[in-house]
Amino acid sequence: MRSLGPVLTVLVAILAIWYVGAVLMNARWAEDQAQRAHKTLTTSELVIQTMEQKRPVLPAPHQVAVALWQGVFAVSPTSKRSLVYHGWVTLSATLLGFVFGTAAGVLLAVGMVYNRAMDMSVMPWAIASQTIPIVAIAPMIIVVLYSIGITGLIPKAIISAYLSFFPVVVGMVKGLRSPDAMQIDLLKTYNAGGVQTFWKLRMPSSMPYFFTSLKVAAAAALVGTIVGELPTGAVAGLGARLLSGSYYGQTIQIWAVLVVAAVLAAGLVMVIGGVQSVTLKRMGMER
Amino acid sequence: MIWVVAALLVWLGGWRLNVVLSRSAMAQTRAVRLLVPAIFGLSVLIIWEALVRGLHVPEVILPPPSAIAGKIATNLPTLWEDLRQTFLKGALGGYAIGCSAAILTAILIDRSPFLQRGLLPVGNFVAALPVVGIAPILVMWFGFDWQSKAAVVVAMIYFPVLVNTVEGLRAADPMQRDLMATWSASYSQSLMKLRLPAAMPFIFNGLKIATTLALIGAIVAEFFGSPIRGMGFRISTEVGKLDLGMVWAEITVAALAGSAFYGVVAMVEKAVTFWHPSQRG
Repeated sequence: MRSLGPVLTVLVAILAIWYVGAVLMNARWAEDQAQRAHKTLTTSELVIQTMEQKRPVLPAPHQVAVALWQGVFAVSPTSKRSLVYHGWVTLSATLLGFVFGTAAGVLLAVGMVYNRAMDMSVMPWAIASQTIPIVAIAPMIIVVLYSIGITGLIPKAIISAYLSFFPVVVGMVKGLRSPDAMQIDLLKTYNAGGVQTFWKLRMPSSMPYFFTSLKVAAAAALVGTIVGELPTGAVAGLGARLLSGSYYGQTIQIWAVLVVAAVLAAGLVMVIGGVQSVTLKRMGMER
Repeated sequence: MIWVVAALLVWLGGWRLNVVLSRSAMAQTRAVRLLVPAIFGLSVLIIWEALVRGLHVPEVILPPPSAIAGKIATNLPTLWEDLRQTFLKGALGGYAIGCSAAILTAILIDRSPFLQRGLLPVGNFVAALPVVGIAPILVMWFGFDWQSKAAVVVAMIYFPVLVNTVEGLRAADPMQRDLMATWSASYSQSLMKLRLPAAMPFIFNGLKIATTLALIGAIVAEFFGSPIRGMGFRISTEVGKLDLGMVWAEITVAALAGSAFYGVVAMVEKAVTFWHPSQRG
């Protein structure tokens, strides 16, 4: 709580810079309009006009807030104009892919910890895959699956599964290896078998790593889904809204979508963080 | 059918070889550590090729590696032009601007614990957001050419690098700072000679994260509009023409560029932070 004051100060400063930016960047258009009407604007008129344009270069924060309010609360959640609807389309694909990607990642990590050949073969590729822009294949996956008749949720979920897979593999291998030799020796003196060592030592001590990589994976999965919604044909979802907003110059719509995406990402990370702190507390691992 | 059987045999043979290698006495040598993943990668490529031929997978669904290699060989000038547009101009330009801006900000707010306490949570929060979504707006502001891509890259990498640098500047321990104080070192002397060098492992952590983000940002921003060159542009148009060989060729180039970029930053890190325990092992 000690940092509440500073954080609020920074947020207020960002808002202030945003308003100043909105005035400066939208002033040109307002002046052009006034000139065409053979009027000259006083400073206060100019400032007001920069705040209420329909397609501003940079919408003022309150315009975005109004668009958000209309998109979230003013229309029914099933309507095509509702941000709740588009957010849900994106979120459901993200979650589906996230769950499958995480499960597959954990399985592979377990295999790699117990099988040396698998570890030596796959681990360098898993690490290298973190340095390449995997998102670039998103449009291809969508179009290829479309051409064999798979549309809707599944292609986007595949992308988000793929993106959440690698961080989980790398994190979990690290986590499952984190017990030191002393602890493993101790279990050996207790005559514990491989399965027992896994459930009683390796799995519990991997939990902090697991949750850290889950947060990375969730953020990556969301980005993957949004990018997957960009290419041709996507009619629903936050990515589709972003693209249509950019085609028609609806800047306020783009910003509202961005806020929804940010809220989704923050929500996912916060939920994982909550589960993490509850789990670690129950396990007595909380710092 | 013969292709499918061949794929199966290659898989079994490659796997057997890796099992033997990883259990052998030389498993810890450098050569074997490189050889095992190479065998794995090669057998995946061969199996891919064999299965695509054996099962008659149409080229619009999955082209075989040989077709992709052919595309790369015949389209080198195009690929180089796209690489220059997206990687050298967009990604590298944005990377240089974004990283230097973030490191400078971190040094500027270094003297104000108040600002640090405010910016760290905000930065950590922003680092988890899908910042790449800002691309359509920046494309509107800065036009279709590489400047808008560089702007997207700056927006994506600024906070991760800032957060890491701020954390790094706290890394020098109190004993070392006291030592600098007993030598009556000024703020800037202590910054240059102790705290910045001590922060380097953290800064490079941020710089390495930023390499991947930079390429992703530059490629995805091109989906929202670009001149008629660039990797993102080429991927989206060739996908539209169902020329998947070319798409895979671009992806291969992007993967190589991404790994090389990361590798270069990691090498610089090795040279700069040679003193750090993680580099001496």
